[in-house]
Amino acid sequence: MGNIDRAASAQMQEKLSVLERRLEELKQRAEAETDEKKRLKLGVQIDKTRDKIRQTKTGERFSRQTKRDLVAYSFIAPNFIGFAVFTLGPVLFAFILAFLKWDGNNAMEFVAFDNFAAMFGNKRFLASLRNTLVYCVATVPLTMAVALGLAVLLNQKIKGRNFFRTVSFFPYVASLVAVAAVWNMLFSPAKSGPINMLLYNLGVAAKSLPKWSADKDWVMFTVVLFSVWKNMGYYMVIYLAGLQGINGELYEACSLDGANTWQRFRYITWPQLQPTTFFVTIILTINCFKVYDIVYMLAGGSSGVLNESAIVLVYHIYEEAFRNWNLGYASAVAMILFLIVLAITLVQFYGDKKRAS
Amino acid sequence: MKIKNTKTRMMRVILYIVLIALALVMLVPFAWMLSASFKLDKDVFVFPIQWIPANPRWQNYVDIWNKIPLAKFVTNTAKLTVIVTFLQLLTSSFAAYAFAKLDFKGKDILFLAYIATIAVPWQVYMVPQFMMMRSMGLADTHLAIICLQAFSAFGVFMMKQFYEGIPTELCEAARIDGMNEYQIWYKIMLPLSKPSLSTLTIFTFVNTWNDFLGPLIYLTTESKKTLQLGLRMFISQFGSEYGLIMAASVLSLIPVLVVFLSLQKYFVEGVAASGVKG
Repeated sequence: MGNIDRAASAQMQEKLSVLERRLEELKQRAEAETDEKKRLKLGVQIDKTRDKIRQTKTGERFSRQTKRDLVAYSFIAPNFIGFAVFTLGPVLFAFILAFLKWDGNNAMEFVAFDNFAAMFGNKRFLASLRNTLVYCVATVPLTMAVALGLAVLLNQKIKGRNFFRTVSFFPYVASLVAVAAVWNMLFSPAKSGPINMLLYNLGVAAKSLPKWSADKDWVMFTVVLFSVWKNMGYYMVIYLAGLQGINGELYEACSLDGANTWQRFRYITWPQLQPTTFFVTIILTINCFKVYDIVYMLAGGSSGVLNESAIVLVYHIYEEAFRNWNLGYASAVAMILFLIVLAITLVQFYGDKKRAS
Repeated sequence: MKIKNTKTRMMRVILYIVLIALALVMLVPFAWMLSASFKLDKDVFVFPIQWIPANPRWQNYVDIWNKIPLAKFVTNTAKLTVIVTFLQLLTSSFAAYAFAKLDFKGKDILFLAYIATIAVPWQVYMVPQFMMMRSMGLADTHLAIICLQAFSAFGVFMMKQFYEGIPTELCEAARIDGMNEYQIWYKIMLPLSKPSLSTLTIFTFVNTWNDFLGPLIYLTTESKKTLQLGLRMFISQFGSEYGLIMAASVLSLIPVLVVFLSLQKYFVEGVAASGVKG
């Protein structure tokens, strides 16, 4: 026993002397060094060596820095492990899957760009791309205009302001299935549907009453209308935050110059809100490309199958993956969705950069 | 001066008329839902609309529990929502503390992994994610939904941003007093971050409660379905039982309404913050 102890302590002494010699050498080099950056680097090395000496003396297993790292990792691990397994992994897998042919049971097969080529011969894909674009082009400006209008109105000093704000925001948090059920009844294609009844009483002929989501020409319109109603509260809140950031003195100066309400909006509010508008446009566009459940619930009927007049990109991914088990093809369509969203994100990134400089 | 006064007064009146009209547009669907939930199916579409039914049919709210396993759906959804929200809050505030206040090897790369995925919509990787869960034997389990929702990059981001606003001197003083990092997180950071924890709570709660596509892909057994799926299933099976559908819809909205009205301030602040920071 004693022998081993002695041998260990001799080994420790040897290690210590090596480290101390190194420390001395580093110290001398640091003193002789004139370059500030290199000196800082040497300083870090000196600290590390000191730490190692302390570690050898006390016989601890980890150095201080390693300990600090381990503590930090223990903080991150619970979230990061879950995130890496259930998000990061699938994201990477999605990129690979787009170039494979796989039905989920048999072996995967590498097919290069076949999945992408197949897309452009697929009517349903082309229809879904077209519908998604139409949906975006209609929803983005409409939602923005309504949200901005609401925000400007609700930024004034008026009675019941909080009530109006709450009411405008509530559809956004309300469960989609429930509100879509009401909409389907209100916009029932039959003549007895409350909205159609209202139109009929306003003098629209019974024959020309719209069939809303049951009509292939009206279905996207119905979806857009619903989407604006459901989501505008969210963007209104973003606009309200933007409005509150505008310096009040600007308005005072403007009033002194005798500007009217419209001029104040045109020359102060609108230009000052540019960054907010930019942000809202980006987020709205991205969210529009991700649309799925609204269309599914309004136009899917009881079977939940969308026809070519209402199919959207995410639905196409869903049906190809979970109905037809064309997993590779579905991932290729998902890549198209990803590229679109990425392009919009890049626009935002460079837009922000440009504004910052 | 007098002319100007009448003019501004006119403007006020118009303003209120516009606002009330807008509020009506926002509220009418909900009012109609509530009203129809107390009616017989044949009375739902009677015109002119009878907003307050002469004989409110309370029976709808009794029948709906027997028609579909609504209690089961509610328990499933409540269970999932509570677990996901709890895990989300705990793990993201834990990780965010390290990212905001500690120095360690690989910090930038780990954080980059989070940033990189935030631009990737879930719809892009839902297919490989499902296949992975299936190979782990998690298809058609609640655990899959929990794993899916509990570890979002969004939560880590939000909490990190908030923690960065808390002065680092506070942590250093605590370290000198002999607290370890876990104590600092628990005794100093957590109590200080109540506002952003509330924001994260309400976002996670509402998202999980209302989620549709996730449960639709993963849950196939009826007894495991969530409220949203169950409601949708009921609508497609009994499409003409309007009164019952509306009663079920009203019930499904109540929890969200309660949470929203009581934590509204934090919700609005959360949305606003995301917009200002961009």
